[in-house]
Amino acid sequence: METQKTALYEYHKSLGAKFAPFAGYQMPIQYTSGIVEEHKFTRSEAGLFDVSHMGQLSIEGNTGLISALEKIIPIDLRNIKHNQLKYTFLTNENGGIYDDLIVTKVEKGFNIILNAACKDNDYKIIKKALGEKFKLTLHKDLSLVALQGPKASKILENIISGTSSLKFMNGKNFSYNGTEIYITRSGYTGEDGFEISILNNMVEEFAKILIVKGAKPIGLGARDTLRLEAGLCLYGHDINESTTPIEANLKWTISKRRREEGGFSGYNKIKSDMNGELSRLRIGIKPSGKIIAREGTKIFSVDGQEIGSITSGTYGPSVNGPIAMGYVKYNFSKSKTNILLEVRGKKYNAQVYELPFYKKSYVR
Amino acid sequence: MSKKKFSKQHEWASVEGDVATIGITKHAAEMLGDVVFVELPEKGKNVKKEGQAGVVESTKAASDIYTPITGEITETNQSIIDDPGAVNKDPEGNAWFFKIKIKNKSELDELMSKDDYDKFAKENPN
Repeated sequence: METQKTALYEYHKSLGAKFAPFAGYQMPIQYTSGIVEEHKFTRSEAGLFDVSHMGQLSIEGNTGLISALEKIIPIDLRNIKHNQLKYTFLTNENGGIYDDLIVTKVEKGFNIILNAACKDNDYKIIKKALGEKFKLTLHKDLSLVALQGPKASKILENIISGTSSLKFMNGKNFSYNGTEIYITRSGYTGEDGFEISILNNMVEEFAKILIVKGAKPIGLGARDTLRLEAGLCLYGHDINESTTPIEANLKWTISKRRREEGGFSGYNKIKSDMNGELSRLRIGIKPSGKIIAREGTKIFSVDGQEIGSITSGTYGPSVNGPIAMGYVKYNFSKSKTNILLEVRGKKYNAQVYELPFYKKSYVR
Repeated sequence: MSKKKFSKQHEWASVEGDVATIGITKHAAEMLGDVVFVELPEKGKNVKKEGQAGVVESTKAASDIYTPITGEITETNQSIIDDPGAVNKDPEGNAWFFKIKIKNKSELDELMSKDDYDKFAKENPN
C-alpha cells in the first residue's frame, strides 16, 4: 500500500518536520525544536496536532441505529446527550478490543473517531453489524486537528467565538468563513483543548491562523509522551484484540445499564472479568531510577517471579523521569507495590503508580 | 586535543598519547533526537572495537553505543549521566562518553577523517 499524506503534509514540510510512516501515513514525528520542547510547550502554551490520519466516520439513523450500534459498542447510546462525546470501544467476541473510539451524538446520528491503523477494519465491522439500513460515511474530505494546552481556549475563541464555552467532552457546529465546522472540547494530552474537524481544502489556512495566534506545531513524538503522562492508552500497544476493557482498567467507560444488561460482543468475558475473575490489570509504572523501560520489558515481583510486561514506556518531560504502563497479575496491581523491571539483562526497581503521572483539571 | 577520527557507527575518537576520548557525532545526536538517558560502561572494563559500550535513550528509542577502538575504559563522563540533554547541545565537545586506554594504535588508521565521515553520514543518514 502506498504511503498516504494528510492535507497538511506540505505545510508540515515547510515547518521543518521530520516525518516517519505511521499507520500508512507519512506523519510529522517532530519539528525543529524537538520532542521535549514540543511537549513542554503544549503543557504551558498551546500545541497544534495534525491527526487527520484518524478516521472520521458518520452514521446516519435514529432509534433503530441505537440498538444496532449497542450490539458492538458497550456504552449507553440511549442516554448520550446531543453533542456529547463518549470514550468507548469496538469489542470482539472474546471481550477484546478491535479499536478504541470517541463517539459523539449529533443531529443525524453519530460521529465516530477511529484509529488510523484500524479504520478500514472498523468500517467493515460496523457495516456488517448495521447492514444496509444506515448511511455510513468514512470522510476522506475532512481533516482533523487538535489544539491542546492552557492557552488553547483563548486562541481558538479569538478565531471562532463561542468555542471557549464548550464543556469538556462536548461538541458543536460552528461557522468558520461561511462553512460549518465541528469542534469538540477533547484531546489526548491531559490538557484542556479542542479537536476540530474541517474540510481538507480549508485546513492549511486554519492551521496557519492558529500558529499566528500563538500555537506551535507538535509532532506525534510529543503526542506520545503527553498521552502517556496523562495515563491514556495507545491502541495496538496498551490495548488490543486480546485485552478486555476491564483488564485495561477502563471499566468506568461501560455504563451501569450496559454492565448489567450486556447485549454486546464479548459481554460474557467482560462480565466474568467484572465478577472477580480478573487475571491481570493495566497499571502505571514509575521506575525508581533514570532507566527507561520500553514496550516489551518484562516485569517481575520482588521475589523474582515474572508477573507481566510493559506496553508503553518512555521519558516523561513534565515528570522529568521515566514513566510506563503495562499489565501485571492482578495480585500485584495495587498502587505502590514494589516491582522489578528487566532492562538489557539487569533488574531495576520500580513501583506500581496510580495513573495519571501528570494531572491537569479539565474545563467541565 | 588531536584531530578527531570517525567511525561508521557514528562515534568519534580524539587521541592524546595512548588515550582516546570517545563520543557520538553531531549527526548521530541529531538523528537520535532529545537524549534523555545515558548508560556508560564501567571503569576498568575491556571493550572491543565495534563492541557495545553504552546506551543512549532518546524520547523515541534506545540505541547502543559502540566503541570504535579496543581497550580499557579509564574514565566515563558523569556529567552526561546527570544531564543527558548535554549530548544534544555539545556532542563533539563537553558531552564525550568515555576514555579508553588504546590497545592497538593501528585501529586508528581504520577510522575516517572528518571529510570522509561527513560524506558517509550524508549517504547513510541512519
